[in-house]
Amino acid sequence: MTQARSMLPRTRYGRIGLALGALLLALVPPFAPSYYTELGTYAMISAMLALSLQLLVGCTGLVSLGHAAFYGLAAYTVYLITPANQGLSILITLPAAVIAAGLAALLVGSLSLRTKGFFFLMVTLAFGQMMFFLFHDTKLGGGTDGAFLSRPILSLFGWEMQLNRRQRPMATYYVALGLLVAMYVGLVLLLRSLFGRVLEGIRVNEHRMQALGFNTYRYKLAAFVIAGLLAGVAGHMWAMHRGFVNPELIGWHRSAEALLMILLGGLGTLHGPIVGALAYTGLTELPQVMEEWKPFASIFNSIGLPKVGAFLQPLSERKLLLEGIVILLVVLVLPKGLSGIGMPRWLRDRIGGRAPARMTPASAAEVRPNG
Amino acid sequence: MADARPTSRPMLATHALARHFGGLVAVRDVSIALHRGELHAVIGPNGAGKTTLVNMLSGEIRPTAGRIELDGREVAGEPAWRMTRAGVGRSFQRTNIFPTLPVLENVRLAVQAVSTAPVRPFHRGPSHQGLIDKAQATLQRVGLGGTADRLAGALSHGEQRQLEIAMTLAGDPKVLLLDEPLAGMGPEESERLTGLLQGLAREHAVLLIEHDMDFVFAVADWMTVMAEGTVLAEGKPSAIRANTAVQEAYLGGHA
Repeated sequence: MTQARSMLPRTRYGRIGLALGALLLALVPPFAPSYYTELGTYAMISAMLALSLQLLVGCTGLVSLGHAAFYGLAAYTVYLITPANQGLSILITLPAAVIAAGLAALLVGSLSLRTKGFFFLMVTLAFGQMMFFLFHDTKLGGGTDGAFLSRPILSLFGWEMQLNRRQRPMATYYVALGLLVAMYVGLVLLLRSLFGRVLEGIRVNEHRMQALGFNTYRYKLAAFVIAGLLAGVAGHMWAMHRGFVNPELIGWHRSAEALLMILLGGLGTLHGPIVGALAYTGLTELPQVMEEWKPFASIFNSIGLPKVGAFLQPLSERKLLLEGIVILLVVLVLPKGLSGIGMPRWLRDRIGGRAPARMTPASAAEVRPNG
Repeated sequence: MADARPTSRPMLATHALARHFGGLVAVRDVSIALHRGELHAVIGPNGAGKTTLVNMLSGEIRPTAGRIELDGREVAGEPAWRMTRAGVGRSFQRTNIFPTLPVLENVRLAVQAVSTAPVRPFHRGPSHQGLIDKAQATLQRVGLGGTADRLAGALSHGEQRQLEIAMTLAGDPKVLLLDEPLAGMGPEESERLTGLLQGLAREHAVLLIEHDMDFVFAVADWMTVMAEGTVLAEGKPSAIRANTAVQEAYLGGHA
């Protein structure tokens, strides 16, 4: 039986690697300084946003530049339904935020999916910016400056989890991790279903799909709405994590960041956006590391070239410059992104990591560079 | 000129069909009828409007004027996916497959398109296995049974043409529109396909566009000759071969 699950890990070791990665993330809060717990929560929220966008970009071949609109709208929904001094149960805020994002995606998708390619990109960008200015220019959600909100609380039918100031970031971290894992597993099941096969067909050759008898518009709309719902989960977690919303969450810059994370991690795999989001978030920390350790200054000092060090060191502390260089390097050197880095061949041959059968030598040879 | 043809209602019929592209008239006043059990060949020089005609019949482009009746129902202007679901299957002149997917998946998608698709898209289990079995059987039928697990893009050109036919057949069409199915095929593969096409013509209404005249005259039951967007002549192959207007306009003394 042939299965066309090209986005999913092909080998047993790939799956074990993903499970180990999740386990590693679960070990961060007890062992790392609390700063890294907060950073990790933010990285996983970004990963959820990028993962939801991957359903459109990598799975269906739809490049949207307005995806953050659904993310931001979900965060604002939490703000709008929460009373001033009392956080609501996550059992209320999460569904409300997700449904709001899904409804917005239904509206935006039903109109923008009538266009294709470049025009689709521009229409989604336009809708995203409309949403941005709706919150930026009105008093609906605090205007330009944004607004603080009472964080959703972990409560279950009257029982409430009591958390002190130190425990709350940890609890939020684990909620985000749980949701990220659930989202990944859900998307794996989705891509394996007949529905997922149709999305794959649309990505490869939409024209042929129509000739075969698929109403591709309806399938793309369904994918767009699901992606919007999942972006809503990420947006809700942002509101819960920071207790603050501002229009930046909605703007096209955030959408472009999510696309960058996908590019960084790899367009061709479902776990690529997660890897990309974690790497991207780590990357934003690099300038601080550079500033603390001053590697260029000390290295060039030690080899007697203090002037070169004095020139390079301040450059290495510039955040956007560093980000740009690293992303450029990854895209140039690793066209399949970070998730395209495989085990070296000698090691792979030794442990025989490839999943048994399912693939003829011919098709295996074609996917080999992908690892 | 009209020899004996089936007198039953045609499976697919056009009435005064026309298509303009801006000022260019690609097809005008074309009325043809496809009958079940008949292999109907459309021939004509390049630019005669053959592919435009097929594109209208398959729903790829909308006619500017005229009617298309499928089994008595007006269908002109319906989108391609609806035409396919209504029973019009087409193959493409330029191979149009899913090169990065396995051969079996190419055909399985075609089976899925007309079976469970909009009703139970998330369904797995027995009906899923049913799709795979049917796709495998269709591959056997066109002689690609051994290639199921290979990537479609890795097949030879001739095999890709066979796959193109398999994908068209997999949707169980009542009407088959074949746009130059033999283009670029080797002699052995063409021979196998000739047999397959003649078999298909017994149960389907087949419209065939083809440039290989020996092949066309050998397999066609009925022929329509198009030139400059309109019908020049129609009739049995023997009558077309004898038609002096056709000889002058197109065959160039071939017959």
